[in-house]
Amino acid sequence: MSIVRRLVLDVLKPHQPNVLEFARTIASASNKCQVRVTVLEVDENTETIQVVVEGDRIDFEAIQSSISELGGSLHSIDEVEVQGESQDS
Amino acid sequence: MKLLDQVRFLLGITRSSDIVRRYFVVNGFDGALTMLGLIIGFLVSGASDLRTVINVCLGAAIALGMSGLSSAYVSETAERRRALGKLEEAMITSLQDSAHGDAARGVPLLIALVNGLAPLTISLLILLPLFLDQAGLRLPLPPLYAAIVVALLVIFLLGVFLGRISGVSWLRSGIQTLVVAVVTVALIYLFA
Repeated sequence: MSIVRRLVLDVLKPHQPNVLEFARTIASASNKCQVRVTVLEVDENTETIQVVVEGDRIDFEAIQSSISELGGSLHSIDEVEVQGESQDS
Repeated sequence: MKLLDQVRFLLGITRSSDIVRRYFVVNGFDGALTMLGLIIGFLVSGASDLRTVINVCLGAAIALGMSGLSSAYVSETAERRRALGKLEEAMITSLQDSAHGDAARGVPLLIALVNGLAPLTISLLILLPLFLDQAGLRLPLPPLYAAIVVALLVIFLLGVFLGRISGVSWLRSGIQTLVVAVVTVALIYLFA
């Protein structure tokens, strides 16, 4: 088993919902995680954002699902930080 | 509360709050002015049978409601589908299972409900004195005149609402819509 501590995601999303609402929804999907969203590029109908999620135990599937629900598309996972967990813990 | 938050969210991502407000005022005004016109028409023609007045006005109110409901639903569905298609093209993926897909399906229904219910409920409010009189309740004014007072009050309040959202004087805006109602009444008296 391993625990995901940090994720850096490259996401394409429509302008709405805005980044604040986007970050809030992702944060509420990932228990006690810190979410930082940076807008990298803005086009006519879409924007490319970088989502950094940090926490003790990140649920990647929940984050991916909230991104899709908000109309976003996960382009790539650019950085991960994973900690191994012993079997008896 | 959760449903209300969801509605607010869907209206937010489609930026439809302004449209809902506009439809409410435009069609509500339509309903109020139609009822006022019908009641003045009955007064001018000297109709005394309250049941006939109620049935004619109720028929018009239901027709206005159905017209608002169906026309807004058809046009808004087409608009939302087009907007969703454009967004899917930009995202190069289907958004049917996302909040945008939910909005494309739900927002037209919500706008249609507002567009249909605004004239219907405002009309029913104006007809309330007629219903009360028929139920045997004594009113300080004859029922048709009481309905006219309610209609003028509703029209004034719609003006006040418009004034508040546009940030201009609510009194001036209320009086403006009231003037439209008075001109309508004058035209009916002139030509009927």
